[in-house]
Parts: sequence; structure tokens; C-alpha cells
Amino acid sequence: MIYLTLFYEFFLIGLFAIGGGTTTIPFLFDLSAKYNWFSPEELTNMVAVSESTPGPIGINMATYAGYKTASYFGSIIATLGLVTPSVVIIILVSMVLKRYACNNTFKHLLQSLQPAVVALVLNATLQIAEVSLTGILPIFIFAFLLAFMHIYKANSVFYIILAGILGLALKL
Amino acid sequence: MKTLIDLFLTFFKTGLFTFGGGYAMLPILKDEVVKKHQWASENELLNYFSIGQCTPGIIAVNVATFCGYKLKKITGALVATFALVLPSLIIITLIASVLSHFMENEYVVHTMRGIRIGVAATLLKIVFDLGFRVYRQSTLKKVDIFVFFLALIAIILLKISSVFVILITAFIGCLSLGFERGGK
Repeated sequence: MIYLTLFYEFFLIGLFAIGGGTTTIPFLFDLSAKYNWFSPEELTNMVAVSESTPGPIGINMATYAGYKTASYFGSIIATLGLVTPSVVIIILVSMVLKRYACNNTFKHLLQSLQPAVVALVLNATLQIAEVSLTGILPIFIFAFLLAFMHIYKANSVFYIILAGILGLALKL
Repeated sequence: MKTLIDLFLTFFKTGLFTFGGGYAMLPILKDEVVKKHQWASENELLNYFSIGQCTPGIIAVNVATFCGYKLKKITGALVATFALVLPSLIIITLIASVLSHFMENEYVVHTMRGIRIGVAATLLKIVFDLGFRVYRQSTLKKVDIFVFFLALIAIILLKISSVFVILITAFIGCLSLGFERGGK
């Protein structure tokens, strides 16, 4: 029965959290008030773990909260609940998009959104920079990485791993 | 079948190397989806993000579903989403169950601090790449520059939700399209 409630609650979060993973956080605080699944303190801890482990934050949060509530199966059910609305809605949107893909007005409209998306990505960049560039050494590594990207072309995963190795080697 | 396996491997890799929110996966998706496999153009990828921003759910999942559906319909959408979510499920469950002190391990802390700098650097690079490309392709350069700075001010200074930023931009887009039509 707990699984059904878990699925239902995370389905609702998936349906109403519009605009990315961090928007799920207030919903999770509501959940901790409504049920005894996890305390607000645990939730704060969850946010920290979710932010610094691989994977989109929203998914990490759902998996963590699901596990705390109902162990392994709980983590799967919560994640499934969170993801289901997205998958259904995006499949429907894809079908509609396909129909209008050749419509010029629609193409122009989507194109007119691109400057705003660039601004959103810049904002995400600044947010990560704010928490990661906390001293002279981090700023130096950051500058080194940017220069290195210019000289040696590789894919992003390579630079991310390199940055992790540097962090470990230099005891950041 | 080969496409489905490629789709699975690509989005598993994306899920494994995305640290932070959905936007952090943009550099990896550009490498994998646009450059390596050519499943979508850079323009399409940006469209997925702007639509994913205004539709319910996690952006990362929305983008995976879009890419998967484009290639292999509903099966593709399910495979891509499952692959994206799988690393999280495994890693977080491990941390929550047996590795509860994992996050306090000093080596992990150092590595994570380094990784975050790497994510910031790859993101900054993609902001420049995208910015230049969008500017070059733009047919209404002045409007687009105005929209870019307006959006930036709205998000950073006014703390307006990114959903509204996209919706307001869509409204401005409609207006400028109307002007273009009217001028002809």
C-alpha cells in the first residue's frame, strides 16, 4: 500500500514540478510534513548528496526519498512515479511537434526562444561557479581547464574526469 | 536494435556524468547526440530544452524522452529515459543503504570539488559556443540580444522562475513575428 502512495505522491511532483530538478525540493518538504517518511533534516542531507552525485538532482532526490521510505523497491517506485508524467507528456508533445515541424511560423517561434535558453544555461553556469570557485586554487584550475579545452579538443566527459583527478591530486 | 543499444549506452553515460541539474547535461548531449551520433541538430537540442523547461517534469528526463522518441518512437523514449535514470538509481541506492558515510570520505570530497569546477568550465564553454551560434543564425539580431539580456536580468536579479522567462520570451517572439509579417 505504501508503494501506491509513494507512486501517487511522486507522480504528482513529476506533474507539477515545472522547470527542472531543484523545483522538486519544496514539494519534498511538503511530503516530509505530510507523512513520516523522512525528516526535514534528512531532506537537507538528501539535497546535498543529490547535488554532488552523478545524475539529475530530481531523480536523485526521488531515489533517495523512495529508499528512505520503503527500501530498494521504494526507490524504484518513487523514481518511476516522478518520471511517468514527463515521459507521457513529452511523447504527446513530440507527436504534435512532428505535425508542425515544417510550419515556418512555429519554427521561428521556437528559434526566438533560443536567446532565453542561452541565458538560462549561463545562469546555471554561474550557480555552479558560485559554489565551486571558492578560492584561488579552484579559480586557477578553472582557468587552466578553459585554456586546456582550447588547446586540446576532447569531449566534455574527459574534462570532467580530468577536473575530478585534479581535485583529488591537489586535495581541493 | 543497434540504435536502441546505442541510445541506451548514450543516455546511461549522460546520466552518469551529469552532476547537478538538467542543464549540466547539455555539454555531454552536444558531444554525444549532435556530434557523435547526429541524432538531432544543435537547434533541435535547444528546442528540447526550451520545451522541457515549460512542460512538467525533470528537464533531463524530458530531453531524453524527446531524443528517444525521435529515433525509435515510444520504445526509444522509454529506453532513453530508463538509461538516464539507471545510474542515479544504482548510485543513490548504494549511498543510502551501505555507503552512508561515502559523502564524508575526504577523497570523495576532493574529487567532487574538482568535478564541480569541471562542470562549470564545460558549461561556460557551451554558453559561448551556443551564444555565438544563436547570434550568427539570428534573423532579428537586435531583438535577440535584447531578449538575452532581459532574460538574464529576469532570472538573476529579479529571480523570476525560468518557466515564466521562457513563456514571456515566447510572447515577445510572437510579437516580433507579427511585426515581420506586418512589415512585408
